[in-house]
Amino acid sequence: MDLAYAPEEEEFRARLREWLAKTLPDLPARPDPLDWPGRRAYDLGWQRRLYDAGYGAVHWDASPTVRLIFLEETERAGAPYVGANFVGLLHAGPTIAAEGTDEQRARWLPPVVRGDEVWCQGFSEPEAGSDLAALRTRAVRDGDEYVVTGQKIWTSHAEIADWCELLVRTDPEAPRHRGISWLAMPMDAPGITVRPLRTLAGPAEFAEVFLDGVRVPVANRVGAEHDGWRVTMVTLSFERGTAFVGEVVACRRTLGELARAARANGRWDDPVLRRRLGRLNAEFTALWRLIQRNVGAARDAGGVPDAGGSVFKLRYSQVRQELYDAAAEVLGPSGALDADQRWTADRLSSLSYTIAAGTSQIQRDIIAERILGLPKGR
Amino acid sequence: MDLRPTADQRALQAGTRELLTRCFGRDRLREAVEAPALDRALWRELGAAGLFALRLPEADGGVGLGLPDAVLVFEEAGRALLPGPLVAGELLAGVVPGVATGERVAGLCDAGRGGEVLWEHPGDCDELILLEDGTDAHGRAFWNAPDWPVLEPVRSIDPLTPLARVTSYPRRAPRSLDVPRLRREAALLTAALQLGSAARTVEMAVEHARRREQFGVRIGSFQAVKHLCAEMLIRVEMARSAVYAASLTAKSLPVVVAKVLADEAAVRNARDCLQVHGGMGFTWEADVHLHLKRAWLRVEQWQSGGKAEEALAEALLTGHDGE
Repeated sequence: MDLAYAPEEEEFRARLREWLAKTLPDLPARPDPLDWPGRRAYDLGWQRRLYDAGYGAVHWDASPTVRLIFLEETERAGAPYVGANFVGLLHAGPTIAAEGTDEQRARWLPPVVRGDEVWCQGFSEPEAGSDLAALRTRAVRDGDEYVVTGQKIWTSHAEIADWCELLVRTDPEAPRHRGISWLAMPMDAPGITVRPLRTLAGPAEFAEVFLDGVRVPVANRVGAEHDGWRVTMVTLSFERGTAFVGEVVACRRTLGELARAARANGRWDDPVLRRRLGRLNAEFTALWRLIQRNVGAARDAGGVPDAGGSVFKLRYSQVRQELYDAAAEVLGPSGALDADQRWTADRLSSLSYTIAAGTSQIQRDIIAERILGLPKGR
Repeated sequence: MDLRPTADQRALQAGTRELLTRCFGRDRLREAVEAPALDRALWRELGAAGLFALRLPEADGGVGLGLPDAVLVFEEAGRALLPGPLVAGELLAGVVPGVATGERVAGLCDAGRGGEVLWEHPGDCDELILLEDGTDAHGRAFWNAPDWPVLEPVRSIDPLTPLARVTSYPRRAPRSLDVPRLRREAALLTAALQLGSAARTVEMAVEHARRREQFGVRIGSFQAVKHLCAEMLIRVEMARSAVYAASLTAKSLPVVVAKVLADEAAVRNARDCLQVHGGMGFTWEADVHLHLKRAWLRVEQWQSGGKAEEALAEALLTGHDGE
């Protein structure tokens, strides 16, 4: 056990820190959350600057420890969130890097790394959310193309995406985990209709995507035909493993801000609130250490995080909600009910964390069955 | 940077588990419940195996290991429900003669700034070191013969840990010890014991849930039972991350984090384990209650929940995150 980073890792950290200090001050202000074209341009612009500085592919090209340092330092410095590049950099990119052919890597990875193209995720369906293997969107082979028909939902960034990592059923006769394939679908193909869904947090973060006879080249399939479930598990393990590192850093900073705000407005005198914030401090400190432990395991598993990611995701999604509930208490009744107050939007969006990327119930099943070895059942 | 035990450390852990299985197995545990006086032969065997001399330099006859290694060994002791003043043994080896080898047994009590002082295994100790806060806030230590303090008997909730309340003690033999360090390390080692207990009760719950059948199926296939077990594992993993990290920095705040989360993991996991065991869990024959009672006892040792949370809140204002 040790907490010391290797010399080359510390060099990476120092170089990145210096570059961030130099780069961030002249960054333009972030666009309004409702301005989708503006957000796309802003997020891609930031990715381009990372690319030009040599940090473009760090999400899948670097060791898990370097990835951890990158996410920690960018968040500490207040750099822009990965934003519209989320799926491309953290899901589709790592999946194509791990499972794609040389041609596929050459076609899709450079535009993601350069900040030229945006990806969205076409996994969930109205009848297949947490039970992803129940998906029904069909892809029927027609020569060297698949003809895709069906519907996706909760598709983040669909309005501004160039590509969609799409799960389709290629063999309706096979057992449900076996007949699935993973496709890269161009979002400008005829037959695609995107309908934004307004979230309870206000803006439309995601959309419904209707697919009516969309033609996708067979060459766009990543992994073998009908082997999409295994490819998807690779994607999901990335999602549950390293994707939240920056957020934990941000939550720890927010917790410090909450404490200072509480002292400023007098609520700090309430020992119940104080102890609640103290307890959250323990939780976030331990979550950070859990990430560091998981990174060690990820390194041994060739970069793919293991089921420890589910342990992290479950606790983190709960604690994040507790953090913003505590924030509401710090703000007081009129502040907590004022939708324009700081932390209110985060409180609302935190509600998605115990649902998205597998509900907490699904995560508990995964932990019970895959880690603890309890029998499958209801 | 790697928060996982090295190959050597895993071997140390496996060796300790093997030793404790051999010299303090389930039968011995249940005998100790009936006769809780310290087994001196066992204590000497643990001493001979290096359990107390882990961190003494090799030149002084010790094993020459560090705090992280001691934490891994204490995690095993917590799993096995090993009774006795273990923390005192580890911290006073090299301070009180004979403690390192297990020949003599020392107690370690914290009087803090007054208030209640509990002493574990009072009838079994040959020496007692008593800590209290001094005027310089660094604390003072007194070396007491065990018959010096005035005691009130306490009928201990933990059948394996006799307790007494220290009502007054003479301040006769001041010792120059690093009292803050002793408190920090005592809290961390206690957290490691809690961690081991928490990990063991998950295993016990899972073993039971995989074997026990109700309604014609194994109860481990019920989602309600599964989710109890999953939450137990999460508490262990959170506590383990905090305890291992604190053993590497040995700083005050990380130790507080470790104690808070390990206390919670040990207590709540024992309760959930009891729940999974159903009626059997509520009997004296099941071991679950021994884990719960010891966990409750350790919660009160070295760091109280309220004080710990206040310290963690204070740290948010000062910006010391303990790293």
